[in-house]
Amino acid sequence: MSSLVTSPSRAALVAVFLGALAAFPLLDQEFYTELVTRVMILSIFAISLDLLVGYTGLVSFGHAAWFGMGGYVFALLGTKYQVTTSLWLTLPAAMLVTAVASFLVGLFVLRTRGMFFIMVTLAFAQIFYFFFHDIKALGGGSDGLNLRGKPDTAIGGWVPFELTEPNTLYYFVLVLMAALLLFMALLLRSPLGRALQGIRENEHRMEAIGFPVFRYKLAAFTIAGAFAGLAGYLFAVLNSSVNPEMLSWHQSADVLLMLILGGMGQLWGGLIGAFTFVLLQELLASSVKLWHLWLGIAIVLIVLFLPGGMFSLLERLKRLRQRRAA
Amino acid sequence: MDLALLLIQTLNAVQYGLLLFLVASGLTLIFGVMGVINLAHGSFYMMGAYLAFSLAAFTGNLLLTIVIGVVLSAVLGALLEWALFSHLYRRNHLQQVLLTYGLILIFEELRSVLVGNEVYSVKVPAWLDFSVPLGSVMTYPAYRLFMSGVCLLVALGLYLLIQRTLVGARIRAGASNRDMVQILGINIDWLYRLVFSLGVALAAFAGMINAPASTVSPGMGTQVLIVSFVVVIVGGIGSVWGALLASLLVAFADTFGKVFVPDYAGIAIYVVMAAILLWRPEGLFKT
Repeated sequence: MSSLVTSPSRAALVAVFLGALAAFPLLDQEFYTELVTRVMILSIFAISLDLLVGYTGLVSFGHAAWFGMGGYVFALLGTKYQVTTSLWLTLPAAMLVTAVASFLVGLFVLRTRGMFFIMVTLAFAQIFYFFFHDIKALGGGSDGLNLRGKPDTAIGGWVPFELTEPNTLYYFVLVLMAALLLFMALLLRSPLGRALQGIRENEHRMEAIGFPVFRYKLAAFTIAGAFAGLAGYLFAVLNSSVNPEMLSWHQSADVLLMLILGGMGQLWGGLIGAFTFVLLQELLASSVKLWHLWLGIAIVLIVLFLPGGMFSLLERLKRLRQRRAA
Repeated sequence: MDLALLLIQTLNAVQYGLLLFLVASGLTLIFGVMGVINLAHGSFYMMGAYLAFSLAAFTGNLLLTIVIGVVLSAVLGALLEWALFSHLYRRNHLQQVLLTYGLILIFEELRSVLVGNEVYSVKVPAWLDFSVPLGSVMTYPAYRLFMSGVCLLVALGLYLLIQRTLVGARIRAGASNRDMVQILGINIDWLYRLVFSLGVALAAFAGMINAPASTVSPGMGTQVLIVSFVVVIVGGIGSVWGALLASLLVAFADTFGKVFVPDYAGIAIYVVMAAILLWRPEGLFKT
């Protein structure tokens, strides 16, 4: 599960998929290029959450806090206080701030377990939501902030690429997403990744054989927070704006939905889930009346009858076919 | 701050705390007894408020409205438990979160179709539509005092039900050890259905009784849900008395937060929560 590709056919599928993603902007459909950029950013967000939910067994219901915070770091540095708009400073700053914040919050919330953890993460995310929502002088209240422009990519006098170009932004996000997938694949094979999966399976046993479980969880929480911050940063860049809704609990619920749609604890789950979610939203929200009603009904039915996500549907079909063949 | 103003704020805090308790006690019981995390609990509060608004047009009488509303919501609770929640008890928390999130979407959309997205108000009954003088210049609406009194009575009733009756003993037993209750031959299915429907009725009741004192608006369910979560976190999962204490604590933090630090009022209750968590990670009353 933890490797990027598990079989030759899977490898072919992955190659076709990544190839299609890489070639997509050549179609020159600006609207769709932007849409897929958004999907890839949300994939990064979902994959970062998967490290917690799918691999460590920590169901965080406040992951949007880091997403929004990453966006606000760029908005505050680049637009509000006009410190710098350099990509090479603001992006690491966004990840650093979210890493530090999630580390500190982790110190609190990781003392709790199960249902309690879900509620406590939600409550802590609300703190940050209200922080940016209530303090108008900082975050512009419920309207948020409009950004002055895209991050400046110049190094010295040299400009390697321009993020103002939609296609360049697309490839920039694609590269980051691919890098994150690779990072995850490596992380999950590393001792840290193995330990996290051990914690998911049986926390007490890990504790008993001498793993400092709390520290491992804290590490996962911090890493996940930093990558969610990255996703939020990119999201702010794409939209050229930030608002407190990025931190709202609906955002946290949506990213959990993406994970369950795509399948948790599976490297491609976040990506598949983000694609499914956004496509459903784009296709149905505009054309179907009462879209939320149907979405709600779909969620209820999926949880009741398809708890393993879309992946499990494929598995079930495969098993069914094998049974027929046998 | 002078004394009368302090008194008014204290009364507001007590009233808010008791109201919050009605919502949070059901939530904490459902957590504690069934082990289900129910995000849709705030929706029941919202439904109560909208029921009060819709039924008031037919009955024209708040008390009758409340009686009908409580019966309806208890039935709805039992139905939902039978159709959906009973399938969730052995599932993991993530699935519970998702299913109940789906329910919120359904309820909110239905609300928007059936009643609309406007903000409504419900009339205070004529016999309570007056103000009680406090000090020389201040007054306090009688309805709010009535509300606090009624909420206190309901809380007392809940106390008697849980502490003094056989059903209550079983609920307490269920909250501390579910499997043992089942092994002892108690029909746990009916106990679950009862607790769930009680929780829904309490939340809807809170929504109904609060409707005349404030407004009936679309976002109210979510707002009360998240504050109730904080109450359950502070009070400890499954502890009704923890919920009572925590409700009052949260209500005082919120009310006086708005008075003393209006800019940061939204954060006040979470600061209290963080402090309690540092001190007792599982809440004030761990069950």
